[in-house]
Amino acid sequence: MFDFLEGYDLLGAFWVTVQLTFWSALGSLVWGTLLAAMRVGPVPLMRAFGTAYVTVVRNIPLTVIIVFTSLGLFQTLGISLGADRFTTINFRLAVLGLTAYTSAFVCEALRSGINTVPLGQVEAARAIGLSFPQILRIIVLPQAFRSVVGPLTNVLIALTKNTTVAAAIGVAEAALLMREMIENEAQLILVSAVFAFGFICLTLPTGLLLGRLAKKVAVKR
Amino acid sequence: MRRVPASDEKAPPAKAKPPARTEAESATVLYDVPGPRARRRNLLWTVLFLAALAAVAWWVIAGLDAKNQLEAAKWEPFVTDGRVWETYLLPALKNTVIAAGLAMVLALPLGALLGIARLSDHRAVRAVAGTVVEFFRAIPVLILMLFANAAYAEFTDISPETRPLYAVVTGLVLYNASVLAEVVRAGILALPAGQTDAAKAIGMRKGQTMAYVLLPQSVTAMLPALVSQLVVIVKDTALGGAMLGFAELLASVRPMSANYGANTIACFTVVAVLFVLLNLALTTFASRLERRLRRGKRSTGAVVGAEAVDDLATPGPGERPPP
Repeated sequence: MFDFLEGYDLLGAFWVTVQLTFWSALGSLVWGTLLAAMRVGPVPLMRAFGTAYVTVVRNIPLTVIIVFTSLGLFQTLGISLGADRFTTINFRLAVLGLTAYTSAFVCEALRSGINTVPLGQVEAARAIGLSFPQILRIIVLPQAFRSVVGPLTNVLIALTKNTTVAAAIGVAEAALLMREMIENEAQLILVSAVFAFGFICLTLPTGLLLGRLAKKVAVKR
Repeated sequence: MRRVPASDEKAPPAKAKPPARTEAESATVLYDVPGPRARRRNLLWTVLFLAALAAVAWWVIAGLDAKNQLEAAKWEPFVTDGRVWETYLLPALKNTVIAAGLAMVLALPLGALLGIARLSDHRAVRAVAGTVVEFFRAIPVLILMLFANAAYAEFTDISPETRPLYAVVTGLVLYNASVLAEVVRAGILALPAGQTDAAKAIGMRKGQTMAYVLLPQSVTAMLPALVSQLVVIVKDTALGGAMLGFAELLASVRPMSANYGANTIACFTVVAVLFVLLNLALTTFASRLERRLRRGKRSTGAVVGAEAVDDLATPGPGERPPP
């Protein structure tokens, strides 16, 4: 029944999906945190930049960003991110695009987490003379991160599903393989079911595990 | 009607958040009002950041210039030549709006049905609706679109020209109906329990309670979330352009840049700006609606906020813990 799978590297394609998710998640966590810090910081110009970045990026379709990294950055401007093989270039471009897009959502999740930290915490920190970077690093962010594990999980799951967009620039991940298999194999329903199952295996356990973690680490108030 | 007791009522995500501080408030909380030294330090940071931004801008502009992407001829057509708009951009924008509108109109009733089914008294109905909702929320929209496209090609005789539209709308409807089901459910659960009690007290049946009491009120509560879901739908139509050959905004970049002297960067900029403007209009509308609903005295004050959509869009345990 499943002999149509022969000759296709199904696990390899999903492995690329996982890799895309991992590197983009890492990148957008870092860049998203920086953006959030800018948005709550005391420097007006940085605040404006953070706000503008989030507003613009959140309203552009991810597909436009990803296709732009290939057509615009690579083919027009010749930016190859230090890679020389096409597969590596496209992979890195996709990670860049996914990171740029997802970090806007990470920033917003973090900012809502920062808003849950009680006033007294920061007032106390200011009273003992901590500077803004110190307050953020020692007092606010640790508490904010604990309270946003749930929202960040949602962002991570959305990111996992969004990696399929990388198929638009030819990264050999699950959606691209699915399109190829649909074209070549007769069992449309079965092929689709296999890929649907693959994504359920990726997203549902993430949601359940991290959802449990979110409950565990959330600051009880 | 399955109602949770008032004491541990699961408020929708937006409501459960602690009273949100306004932007100005949270800004003044994290740092003191700047004195002379802090003002000097902020100025230093501003200058440094400005320098960094300028360096990036210079690098981008130099890069663009080196590839001749800044020539006036590449940007001019969007201002001087009405044909760019008539031939490429406006028809493409129309397709984007049609696909998004159709998807919303079709997903809404389906989503309402699924959402109400998830609140049913019958376990079997709840289980079926729950499975459907969790299934479609767990799968990327692109997978659904690819499947719909192939299925229409194989099982129906829809012409190849209109098939992409059908596939895009089908994929969007399947995914968004299950997201909207969660929005509807959150909207109904957000209503005060007294509404159901009062309806019961005057002898309404379950169906009547839903149709005359809960649903009408939850629709107003859900409006902001519905509008901001439209933003998600508009953005996802671009998938059809990239992967299925649906003639929407993103797909107009290739023919346009081919016709106007390889002005890829200019085309992408214009398309991105159009998307941002369209979506900004929607988000502004959503947040204005939300503010008005929260202020309103005639409603129950239950609102499913626009930002709740992000939380409801991903699969997970059915009863979401309040953040």
